[in-house]
This record gives sequence, structure tokens and C-alpha cells, in this order.
Amino acid sequence: MATTPSGPLDNSNYEDDSFKTLGNTTAKNPRIVARDVNVFYGTKQAINNVNLEVGREELVAFIGPSGCGKSTFLRTLNRMNDTIDNCRITGLIELDGTDIYSPDLDVVELRARVGMVFQKPNPFPKSIYDNIAYGPKIHGLANNKAEMDEIVEAALTKAGLWKEVKDRLDNPGTGLSGGQQQRLCIARAIAVSPEVILMDEPCSALDPIATATVEELMHELKRDYTIVVVTHSMQQAARVSDRTAYFHLGKLIEVGKTEDIFVNPRHQLTQNYLTGRFG
Amino acid sequence: MTAKLKKPDWKELMSGPRYARRKRGDMTLRAIGLSALFVAIGILVLLVGSLTMSGYPAFTQTYLTLNFDISEKYVSREDPFKGRFRNVVNDAIEAEFPQVTNRAERRRLTSMPSAASQFLLRDYVVANPHVIGTTIPFSVPVSDPYDQLNKALIDRDTPEEFRRLKQDEIQWFDELKARGQISSKINWGLITNADSRFPEIAGLAGALTGSFYALMVCFLISFPVGIGAAIYLELFAPRNKFTDLIEININNLAAVPSVVFGLLALAVFLNWFGMPRSAPVVGGLTLALMTLPTIIIATRSAIKAVPPSIGEAAMGIGASRQQAVFHHILPSAMPGILTGTIIGLAQALGETAPLLLIGMNAFITAVPASPMDAATALPTQIFIWADSPERGFASRTSAAILVLLGFLVTMNMIAVYLRSKFEKTN
Repeated sequence: MATTPSGPLDNSNYEDDSFKTLGNTTAKNPRIVARDVNVFYGTKQAINNVNLEVGREELVAFIGPSGCGKSTFLRTLNRMNDTIDNCRITGLIELDGTDIYSPDLDVVELRARVGMVFQKPNPFPKSIYDNIAYGPKIHGLANNKAEMDEIVEAALTKAGLWKEVKDRLDNPGTGLSGGQQQRLCIARAIAVSPEVILMDEPCSALDPIATATVEELMHELKRDYTIVVVTHSMQQAARVSDRTAYFHLGKLIEVGKTEDIFVNPRHQLTQNYLTGRFG
Repeated sequence: MTAKLKKPDWKELMSGPRYARRKRGDMTLRAIGLSALFVAIGILVLLVGSLTMSGYPAFTQTYLTLNFDISEKYVSREDPFKGRFRNVVNDAIEAEFPQVTNRAERRRLTSMPSAASQFLLRDYVVANPHVIGTTIPFSVPVSDPYDQLNKALIDRDTPEEFRRLKQDEIQWFDELKARGQISSKINWGLITNADSRFPEIAGLAGALTGSFYALMVCFLISFPVGIGAAIYLELFAPRNKFTDLIEININNLAAVPSVVFGLLALAVFLNWFGMPRSAPVVGGLTLALMTLPTIIIATRSAIKAVPPSIGEAAMGIGASRQQAVFHHILPSAMPGILTGTIIGLAQALGETAPLLLIGMNAFITAVPASPMDAATALPTQIFIWADSPERGFASRTSAAILVLLGFLVTMNMIAVYLRSKFEKTN
């Protein structure tokens, strides 16, 4: 995709404290609001003063070079960083208007409403059925087996996996191929009817055909869920996302509609990344 | 002039002394390894071989078949249990040799059937009261010296004053053998009878039951406590100096000599708490203290080996920490935990010193009915028999050691099987 910036590129130094993210960080009727978020691992700062809003029914892609903090920022959105010992977060993150770091918020409920799909597919060492049924079971979403069967079928259908596995629901989840396992993990996240699905490089461990299937799935899912995807592949971001956010060394450099960012980047760093000056 | 790398002449180098020396070194290493293996196997063969050689006589028992006249003069029909069966037995053996009239000789003759014969006969008659008033053929074990004679473990050439059996005793036995009344049967009593001062009817039933109760108590205490402690330390405890101290102490506990635990049990359980002496429940508590560090260490490694992605996946769909641990991490770690537990229990089975100190080496002739009754355990029973003077106990000690080894090998093989099954599914 050729990038033809209109006008001179912004070259403001991102290391300055006064640096402001280029582009529109707000969204209409936002689902997630992040304001002045900083993340520290001990004394090392991983995320620096990020402001971002994510709207409903849109897919936002986080792109940027390795180690720029996109996965770290993603994990703050469902408090998965709580599992890391010396991780400290300041600032405000709201889901539908509620501060997710307030002490009286149940983190278990948060993680059911904000689901996560990881880079390496990690199905439970149980049957396919039990993999999907686990979430609804612990949250009490089904009253009897018939309802649970319905939930499992619905989740697998939405993930595009039902036809392939409906005859072998008792087989272990780990016996599926890589692409199928990742779709199983997506189905597992969908089974608890989240509002947001976070995906941390979901296709990086998959072959191109499996990747294409998962990307097609993302297109369908974004009609019903808010999706945030961290990806290493710019082409993937260009293919699936509505908005793209470019991170660089812990700072949010630029954010905007995907077509605009890719065709018309405003910051020098964004331009450098998109044209492959650095990975 | 830039430094250059010379291309080596491999053909020349390969045939040189350096390469030959290296080849010799490799072969020496292999030779050392193989000989170490052979030495280890040799020692094992020696151990088991010598035990089998000295123990196999204990697996058979010599029996004497006599015609017993269950006369109503001695046994009444109303209460056969109270019958004077000793007289029945004495009459039966004296009937075989009517020429023996001298009192001293008769006393020696009647000592040929085992002293337990009267009880065996009594139990048979009580179960079959229709034989009262009739004469029945019945087999009873012979007493230990005759058993040893039949197994050729008493040397007939020893001068009579040093020999265990006098000449006429040997003649009576040979005569009965010629009449076909002597037989050898498999000594099931070795595992079905309780201990006794008569080796011919002594068995391991009491010791096996005592060991079983002790291991049960040990398992019921150390398994939940050990796993709970390991889960907490590995997955929930904060990492600070205090938890480091706990970890160091647990590792140290695993190295404490077992006799120290015995002293602890003596001072605390028996003296302070006043628990019953020689009881398997106290033995089990002591063994539990010893097995606890083993189980904790094994469980922690098993949990550490579970990939963190499983826990993350569970938390990602809203499972709490407890749910992630108990629904996912623990089941994945279970094969490793079980292997460690079985190995720990196998070690506990063979522990002698702590059980000696709490009194499980007493002479107890009844099978314990509950873990609170006095009992012995398998290793302590071996200890008792090793000290007993009767000849029969020499081979029985070796046989008991073989039984103990059999249990240990079986438990360790189960642990190895579980471990290999676990590695295969991963």
C-alpha cells in the first residue's frame, strides 16, 4: 500500500513530555475510555501517557515495532497485568463508564465481559465441548444440559467451527490443528457473551490459510463485538481494522481511520514504520 | 600481512596420536560406565539372591498327618470349644509309637506336632461338630526343629550333645516319613497368621495389617496437607523473605534422619498427647511428618511444570484464581503429584527407626482390629524376627524381607508407569 502523505510530516519528538498523539483519539459513544494511562514494570516505564477511546462495533488494530508496549496496553484493558508481580498502572480506564481499576469492581466479571485470545492457541486439556462449556459453567449461564448444548453450538457456529467438530465434541481440544485450536479459543471467549474481545497477535502462530480463516471470522465478529487486535502484520491491520493505533516505545504516536493512517500518515515515525524502515 | 586460517589435512590428523588418544578415552569412558552398571546389578543380584537362598525354606511348611480320635471323653458335644484338644493330639501321636512308655521320651514325642495343633484341631472340630465321636485324619504342622530337619537344615552328623534333635526323635520322624505321613505344603500361614513364639505358625498378618493402617493414616494426613501447602506456596503466597524461609526449612526437613522423627513422636504423641503405645495411628502420624516434605517438593515441581498458558486462558474467560488452580492447573499436575506421593509412601513403608521408637517392635500375637490397637509393622517385624533364637525364624526373616521388597518394587513400578503415561500424553 503506497503511502503518499499530503503535506509535510510531523517530526515532533515523541520523547518530549509535551508530545500529543496525532489524530482523533476519541470515539463516538465509546465502549472503552483510556485516559493518561501509564504502566510501570518496577521502575521501567512500559506505557507512557496514553489516551485512547474505542467505540462499539468497531475493530481497532494496535500496530508498532516489537517491544513498543502494544501487548502491555492491551492487557491493561482486562486487568491481565494483575497477574504480574511488580506491574503498576496509573491513569483511568473505563468500560461503559465504570472504572475497571476501582477496588469494588469484580475482576472476574470484568474478564468475562472483556474476553481475551492469546498469541499461541491454548485450549484446555479437555474435550472440545468442555473447553467451550467451562466459561458458561463457572458463571452460571446455563441452567441445564440442553441450554449448555445450545451455548456450545452457538459459540462454535459463530467461530465457524461447528460443522468441522460437531461429530467429535468429546475429542480433546488439543487434538485440533493450529488454526482450529485458535478458532476454538475464540469460540471459548465468545461463549460467555463478552462485550469486548481482545486479541493478542492471534494469527502469528498460524499458517496463511488458517490466518485467512481467522481474519474472515474477525470481520464477522466485529458486527456484534468490540474487538481490539494487536498485530505485527500491517497488512492484517489494513485488511481487518476500522481504526489503527500506532505505538512506539510506549507512546501512542498516531491513531485514526485505517485508510487514512495507511495512505496518509501524519507522523514521521508512522511513515517510517509503514514503509518498513524499522520493524 | 593478514592472518590466515590453514586448511587442515584431515586424513593425516585422523591417523595421528591425538585422535587415537581421543578414541581410547571414549572407550575407557564406556568401559567405566558399563562396569559400574554391572557392579550395581551384581550387588542387587547378590542381595536378592542371598535373601532368596536363605528365605525359600520359609515358603513351605512340613505337615504331619495323624488320625485324631475326637473322643467324647475329651470333647463334649454341647461345648466343643472347651474340649481338651491337647490330650487328643497327644493320644494321636502316641498311638503311632505304642512302644514309647518312658515319661521323658513321651514328652519328647508329643512335642513333635506343633504346640498350635490343639488350636487348629479345635477350630476344625467347632466348624464341623459332626466329627465328634469319630476318628478323623487331619494334618497339623510339625514343630520347628522337625521342620528344619525335614528341610535338611539340621546337620545329622553333628554329635548328639550339640544337636537340636536327639537320635530317637530323628528316628521317629524318619519312621513317620517312611509311613508317608509327612508332607510339605506351601506356607500360606506366612501371610495369614499373626506373630507367634512358634516359628512354624508365625506369620506376617499382624505386621502387614499394622503397616497398612500406618500407611493409610500417613496418606490421609500427608496427602491433603502436603498438596495444600504446595499449592499455597507455589501459586498464592507472596514472594518475600518469610516464604523463602519456609521453603528452605521444608527442604531441610526432607533431609532430617528418620530416627529424629521417632524421638519427636515419642515425646509429643506418646508422652504429651498420651496416645496409645505401639499403635499404627501414632506410626502413621510420624510417617506423615516424614512424607510431608517429599510430597510438598514433588507437588511444587509438578505444578511448576504446567504451562502458564493454561492458567492464563482460564483467567482470560473470567475464572477466579482459585477456579483456575483447581479446575485446570491441579488436574494437569496430578500425574506428577501422584508419582511423588507413591514414591513418598514407598519410602514410608520401609522406615524402621521411627516406628521402633514408638514401640511398634513389641511382641504382639494378634492382628490389630483398628489403627488404635497395638501392632507391629513390616520392617519392625523383620527386626523382631532377626533377633529371635529359634531356627525357623532365620529363614522367615529372609522371607519377610523378600515380602517387603516385593511391596516396595511394586509401588515404585506403579510410580514409574504413571510417570511414563504422563510423559506420553504430554
